[in-house]
Amino acid sequence: MKQKIRLFAIFALLPFAVLVIAFEILPLIRMIIDSFLNDEGNAYTLNQYITALSNPYYSKGMINSLLISIYSSLIGISIALVTSYSITQMPKKVQSIIITFSNMTSNFSGIPLAFAYIILLGTSGLFTLLFKELGWDIFSSFNLYSWSGLIAVYVYFQVPLGILLLYPTYSGIQKSWRESASLLGASSFQFWWHIGLPVIFPSIVGTFSILFANAMGAYATAYALVGGSYNLITIRIASLVGGDVINRPHLGSTMAVILGLMMIGAMLLNERMMRRVRRDLK
Amino acid sequence: MKKRMIHFLVILMIGLYLLLPVAATFLYSISKMWSNTILPSGYTFSWYQELFTDPRFIAALGRSLWICIISLGLSILTMVVTVFVITLYLPKLERFFQAIVMLPYAIPGVVAAVALIKTYSSGPIVISGTVWIVIGAYYIHILPYMYQGIRNSLRTIDAKRLMEAAEVLGASKINAFVHVVLPNIIPGIQVSSLLSFSILFGEFVLANMLVGGQYETIQIYLMSRLQENGHFSSAIVITYFVIILILSWMMLKLGTRLQNKERKEQVS
Repeated sequence: MKQKIRLFAIFALLPFAVLVIAFEILPLIRMIIDSFLNDEGNAYTLNQYITALSNPYYSKGMINSLLISIYSSLIGISIALVTSYSITQMPKKVQSIIITFSNMTSNFSGIPLAFAYIILLGTSGLFTLLFKELGWDIFSSFNLYSWSGLIAVYVYFQVPLGILLLYPTYSGIQKSWRESASLLGASSFQFWWHIGLPVIFPSIVGTFSILFANAMGAYATAYALVGGSYNLITIRIASLVGGDVINRPHLGSTMAVILGLMMIGAMLLNERMMRRVRRDLK
Repeated sequence: MKKRMIHFLVILMIGLYLLLPVAATFLYSISKMWSNTILPSGYTFSWYQELFTDPRFIAALGRSLWICIISLGLSILTMVVTVFVITLYLPKLERFFQAIVMLPYAIPGVVAAVALIKTYSSGPIVISGTVWIVIGAYYIHILPYMYQGIRNSLRTIDAKRLMEAAEVLGASKINAFVHVVLPNIIPGIQVSSLLSFSILFGEFVLANMLVGGQYETIQIYLMSRLQENGHFSSAIVITYFVIILILSWMMLKLGTRLQNKERKEQVS
């Protein structure tokens, strides 16, 4: 009987195993091996990693991606932090409507989002014209096709995701804590500084790591906005592997491995933080 | 009361901020001409008419639907059985299994595409540039969402005890699974399938890097027409967004029905 069950289990898992090995495990192993090959592909070397990290052309792409991810995540998380607190102060019915609305807009990303921003803030965009008419030149230094533009677009897709992830943690702060704190004479600021913030801090860090990873891996938005001319890690990888100008496929693998490691690091950080949140709230 | 106003204002502002790009795109898609003026100078539906009579658009839509349905179908067929067997009969493998199915969540599209191109553009199996490699990539891409949905459903219905009960009453394992467990987890599978479907429908990087223009999906079509005519492109964007909205609305309805059902069962 036991034997039969085992046989059946193996049979049932077979299709899944074949697909996962063929399209996940094997390709990842192949890519890692590939990242240690030299340009001719006939010897193992660490040179690709040295090039990726020290050649300014490639390391700049990495730094650009890191910076843009950090900035957009910081701005996005600040907006989300304030907004999700405001949401918790609304009646329950209104709360669920707002959360639904925010989730719906989170589908508006990638190419459609880049396109919408071109309509709004591009060279002949709605706001660009409006501000010109009004004679405001604070925005004359803003250019959608530059860093500030890219950050503005990235922030847009970070906000709904941040709200989605942060909103549930506020429910961990119980009303009774606030009441007891104010009975003991704590001001609103003192409450948040000594009680509220420490309680939600792990989920802020966790959410930050998700937003960071989200921006780090983003490709379509930047690609639709300026094509391959931005120096971002994802765009560099894509052009190294499939591009027509310079084709150094092994270096592409190396940079893909580095990016993959960064993402896995961010996800592990999130998981650790979330475990802490769950323990604290118990 | 004053505090409430501030919170209300914050939400209103963020709501407008989030709505603005969608609204502007919509307005653009129904305007005749819109250059050098703040508001469009005339309204028309001709861009939509042009879009829906464009055979290239219809073909791209069809291709997108086709690869999404194939990969999703493959996922449902294999994942339901796999998650069921692992959680009930091979709990020792659960952690290892979890690591494998959650890994794609951390791997960005660009990296996955590189790995797949490396493996399948030379060697014994060459399927790079064909639709099969995209289907494989999509299958992996939605693993985390399918897994979570199916596992949560199995947990809420307490599949282990259901199976035991059915077997005590004389059902074979396969019968118990098909007639007792499966009908109970179908709503959960529906929700995660819709989520996976909308993710795949909006996917660009994998499709573009793996097959590109040879197999034009809706997103690749949008990208290639972006430079041509703004009004026309906004009609594509809005059509795409409406499809996604319908999918998420269905998901929401199914999800709340599921929750209500669970609540009722807990009460009774």
